Amino acid sequence: MSFNLDLVVSSFPLLLVGAGVTIKITAMSVALGVLIGLFVGIARISTFKPIRFLAAVYVDFIRGTPLLVQIFLVYFALPALTGQRIDPYVAAIGACSVNSGAYVAEIFRAGIQSINAGQMEAARSLGMTWTQAMRYIIVPQAFKRVIPPLGNEFIALLKDSSLVSVIGFEELTRRGQLIIAKTYSSLEIWLSVALIYLVMTLTISRFVAYLEKRFKTDDRH
Amino acid sequence: MIQLVDVCKSFENKEALKHINLGINEGETLAIIGGSGSGKSTLLRLLIGLIRPTSGEILVRGRDMARMDEAQLDELRLHMGMVFQYSALFDSMSVGDNVAFGLREHTNKSEAEIARIVREKLALVGLEGVEQMMPNELSGGMKKRVGLARAIAIEPSIIFYDEPSSGLDPIMTERIDELIVSTRQRLGVTSVVVTHDMASACRIADRIAMIYEGELIAVDTTENFKQLRDERVQAFFHTLRTVK
Repeated sequence: MSFNLDLVVSSFPLLLVGAGVTIKITAMSVALGVLIGLFVGIARISTFKPIRFLAAVYVDFIRGTPLLVQIFLVYFALPALTGQRIDPYVAAIGACSVNSGAYVAEIFRAGIQSINAGQMEAARSLGMTWTQAMRYIIVPQAFKRVIPPLGNEFIALLKDSSLVSVIGFEELTRRGQLIIAKTYSSLEIWLSVALIYLVMTLTISRFVAYLEKRFKTDDRH
Repeated sequence: MIQLVDVCKSFENKEALKHINLGINEGETLAIIGGSGSGKSTLLRLLIGLIRPTSGEILVRGRDMARMDEAQLDELRLHMGMVFQYSALFDSMSVGDNVAFGLREHTNKSEAEIARIVREKLALVGLEGVEQMMPNELSGGMKKRVGLARAIAIEPSIIFYDEPSSGLDPIMTERIDELIVSTRQRLGVTSVVVTHDMASACRIADRIAMIYEGELIAVDTTENFKQLRDERVQAFFHTLRTVK
């Protein structure tokens, strides 16, 4: 069995287009996921029980069901309910960000709860309201602590984004499948796909390591 | 200045404080002593409005804190300063920003004026040229002093100290005690110090109150307190004599 290097070279531009779509979905989902996660994470520790309950239901439902099922729910079940067809791009980003939001919420909740209770009390004793204390004191400190788990979540999301190929979205994995359907050369193409994923995940993990180091340095000066 | 009337505090089914009646006079230093888990820190958190009593009244200049809404409590806290057990400095801010925090939030002073006050308050606690340092670069004693500088920056009329000597060596404990005394003398503030260190309480306080298993069992001037025959009080003095 021979390895067709020419096929790898000729397929690479097409795969890179797919990688661009993967990055776009991941970046949008990460941005929305962090926003959702921050609010839901704070809601998870709210003293107001109904808010805490709703946040817990959301987190439990998302974490308890596969992302693939969530994508189907958004793309197929939601239009059946509303009578409106959903654009695959909107469905993909919607499902990924709602999924990511639940995991990020738990990361933020744990990060906030890891901050010494004295910090909140000190802020309150200086005349700050609960919201001000959260905004200026607790969340900025928690944010530094959650950088490593957030990085892991983003790497997981980048890889999980391959699942949106089931609704016909041509991201990296789907591009690979289409090329294989034409060339029947699965070894070369899947190796190329794996290599591109590896480069992307390594880039994210290096960036996260840089952020960690930078915030640690800021602490000292 | 502050009057606690029949104050009770429970956490779920556990009674942390039982029917506390206590007055704190303007300008005095009151030490609240008691063993671990006796309820003295709970009492301090009630006094600063961080938690609310299950029943009873906490009257501050005639106004009941227990009936105040959050906005009124926030307003009241501007007249109070608190020095926390583990300093509770804001880790993400420099020493200068920590001390300046209350001034920036609650006054319209210029940055130059705030910088001057920060320098002055840090000098008052024996720290100079540390404004740019981060809390993780300070020793335990320095952190306590920065915590005190932050508490006095907004010129409160009452300062609460939660275990100011915990985690410090005896020499640093004495220095912090001297600082509490000198702060009171210079600023004329009322001070409430929660401690389990009897020697420290005797050095700094005009009066001592003892909490035992959630009950206030004795309040008297420091001299009279030493003469009390209650065995629970004497047990505390016994530890002091043993150490000496």
